[in-house]
Amino acid sequence: MLLAKIYVTFKEGVPDPQGETMGQSLLAMGYQGVLSVRTGKYLEIKLATADKDAASREVEEMCRRLLANSVIEQYRYTLEECC
Amino acid sequence: MKFGVIVFPGSNGEQDVYHALDEVLRQPVDYLWHGDTDVSGYDCLVLPGGFSYGNYLRAGAIARFAPIMSAVIDFARAGGLVLGICNGFQILLEAGLLPGAMLRNDCLQFRCQWTHLRVENTATPFSNRFRQGQVIRVPIAHGEGNYYVDAATLAELEANRQVVFRYCDPSGKVTTAANPNGSVANIAGIINREGNILGMMPRPERCVEELLGGSDGREMLASVVDWWQRGNSNGA
Repeated sequence: MLLAKIYVTFKEGVPDPQGETMGQSLLAMGYQGVLSVRTGKYLEIKLATADKDAASREVEEMCRRLLANSVIEQYRYTLEECC
Repeated sequence: MKFGVIVFPGSNGEQDVYHALDEVLRQPVDYLWHGDTDVSGYDCLVLPGGFSYGNYLRAGAIARFAPIMSAVIDFARAGGLVLGICNGFQILLEAGLLPGAMLRNDCLQFRCQWTHLRVENTATPFSNRFRQGQVIRVPIAHGEGNYYVDAATLAELEANRQVVFRYCDPSGKVTTAANPNGSVANIAGIINREGNILGMMPRPERCVEELLGGSDGREMLASVVDWWQRGNSNGA
């Protein structure tokens, strides 16, 4: 089995109202060094296959078709042996 | 003219749309379940507001893969009239039938309020009963209606007059203060280039009788019927 660890984040330049609000909150809490906060999603998918190439092709497709919206988001992932 | 209102698990605007079409406009209308795969016999499909599939992942992202959506996409690509309201608009964006994507409202609040909209293009099946530049009053109810599109696509939308409704103040001025959610260029509703698919965040079905506080939504929906009756069913 393989474990895909997927990170979906906003593309540069796309507004992230939640991230901006967290950034303002951190500044208000006294963390003056905070320059920006960007939010994203972290997903873990367990895959039955042990074939990394096949898994990679499948994860790419899942990201492209469902997990990330290419208008506003980008994705990256890692594959590791698991369980 | 026969309407089909598509019901996803988590839709909540379908009964209001049904009421508007049936009781107010006196048009034949059916509910279509998300698991259906056939939309033949319908002249206009309406994707109503709500929280389809809990809006998990992104609003509309899961609904876009509902069994009925293949038929909706075929219907739309063949020139059929499709109206996406609120969550329905989000689903049309996720399905790629309209350009752009939705972000959280810039204020981070769920906004449930009346808005003023300036009608920017009256040469569409969905807006032909209005005057160019007319200001109409339609309520919104959403937390993710912050329409985003990149600068190049926005320029295309503007050049092709695909922006149909824009948030404005009561006098028709398009201002930042009148923008309830941060949408680029105050966009409240857009149409595809071919002119048969419209998506809008405001809820026309919630203002179809004076009892509801306004009836501009009735005029909008009646535009579709007029358009159909004039035989212009294949778009602008």
